[in-house]
Amino acid sequence: MNARRERVEVLAREEIGAYTLLRFARGTLDPGVPGQFFMLEAPGRLLPRPMSLCEAPSGELTFLVDPIGPGTRALCNLDAGDAIHVLGPLGNGFDLDVERPLLIGGGIGIAPLPYIAETLGGAPAILGFRSDRHAEAAALLPGAEVVVEPRLVTELLPNDPGDVLACGPEPMLDAVSRLAPRAQLAWEAPMACGYGACYGCVVERGGHYVRLCVDGPVLRDAA
Amino acid sequence: MTALLNASGCLDALAAPEVASELDAFVTKTVTPHPREGNPPPRFAELPGGMLNSIGLQNPGIDAFASEVLPRLRDLEIPLWVSVGGFSAHDYASVCERLEEREEVQTIELNLSCPNVEEAPETAAELVGAARTSTRKPLYAKLSPATWDVAESARAVEAAGADGISLVNTIRGLALDDARRPVLGRGAGGYSGPALRPIALACVAACAAAVDLPIVGMGGVSTGSDVLDLVAVGASAVALGTVLFADPWAARRIRSELREAGVEAPEAPHAARPSVTAAVTTSN
Repeated sequence: MNARRERVEVLAREEIGAYTLLRFARGTLDPGVPGQFFMLEAPGRLLPRPMSLCEAPSGELTFLVDPIGPGTRALCNLDAGDAIHVLGPLGNGFDLDVERPLLIGGGIGIAPLPYIAETLGGAPAILGFRSDRHAEAAALLPGAEVVVEPRLVTELLPNDPGDVLACGPEPMLDAVSRLAPRAQLAWEAPMACGYGACYGCVVERGGHYVRLCVDGPVLRDAA
Repeated sequence: MTALLNASGCLDALAAPEVASELDAFVTKTVTPHPREGNPPPRFAELPGGMLNSIGLQNPGIDAFASEVLPRLRDLEIPLWVSVGGFSAHDYASVCERLEEREEVQTIELNLSCPNVEEAPETAAELVGAARTSTRKPLYAKLSPATWDVAESARAVEAAGADGISLVNTIRGLALDDARRPVLGRGAGGYSGPALRPIALACVAACAAAVDLPIVGMGGVSTGSDVLDLVAVGASAVALGTVLFADPWAARRIRSELREAGVEAPEAPHAARPSVTAAVTTSN
């Protein structure tokens, strides 16, 4: 485990449609590679919450949070000047040694894509959201093609999609992997620890349960 | 200072060796005779007073554990406790027999109380007795808090040959979602975290008064003060569980809190048993 745990300060909180972007002072934390994640202390809660790194501007780490439960709502209520413990980077990120990257994101699954685009110096992207308000987060990826339900990201997937790097809900990843079998897929799962201790975040791969935190969250083979 | 271990199933020393090296001994996730995939997700839920889990003893089975996992654990050079589980007295005896000749295994903890799998039909004492026939290593019996008279269980496992007792395992609980369906894939789970702390204290106190065995206390420990509470009622070592999920470096923080408090933990109540206390005592 190369992760560090450090108490870092919130520099800013920005509302982006239905989501909240939290900017933290980086401290001595390493941003890791795109697709890796961090465990963020959720104020007042017993367990931290896993979040993909969204962007890594100089001296900062940013995370995009969807307030769907008590922990994520507590995170979205953080104010500039507050500080929380952050552990990371954790897990396996995307392999960015690719020729024709195509980023695909669904909902909060767009979170790791801006860091990929920044690292690659830009990449085409297809994003899907469940409402126009959620779709405002597409501003994080200028130039991306955007669909809103009932339209799906797979409708915009070209016949020869190139090197697909995708993150989103399981049905979307399943659909993408059928059309792009070599796609790198970042899966989502609730995690209690994020570093292989609890066995709470398993997903089924090849008939076995694997821990998404240490074997993923980016997996290349289809489920 | 009181020895600090991890609770079984709350740390993977191979995934996080630097975390395990903060402990006085590493306790493995429970090993069973055959490989187990474990229970279907969702496997855990955060509740107001703690955490509910239903992992279901996911493990590679004793064959792969002995050939692939143990050698890598040995290389870490951390005192090693292996947690053993099963579904019959024969299961416990057979896994213990496999561990008997492995020098790197210092102590065996018998998981007699997992709330997330079917239980063996035998009593805890019968399982300890079966394990005792196949190993000379120190045997700790991990007991459930979900019994009316845990002291009686403690006396029974002592009579059956246990060298120590681990108290407590999680306690079975159920959580429902907004649609009144179980949150966890398997239904009920094991409840851990802060809500377990007073239950653990009561169990340790009752057993310390009933038996002449060292006790590893655990259940909701998250601070140095929690450690001292368990020691005050008779624990000779303390294990960290759910707190490790939130903070991998909890042991370091807790040691620092104990030092800052200037409190040297009292001597273990049963320090006269060197073969056992060697496993749970440190001069740190």
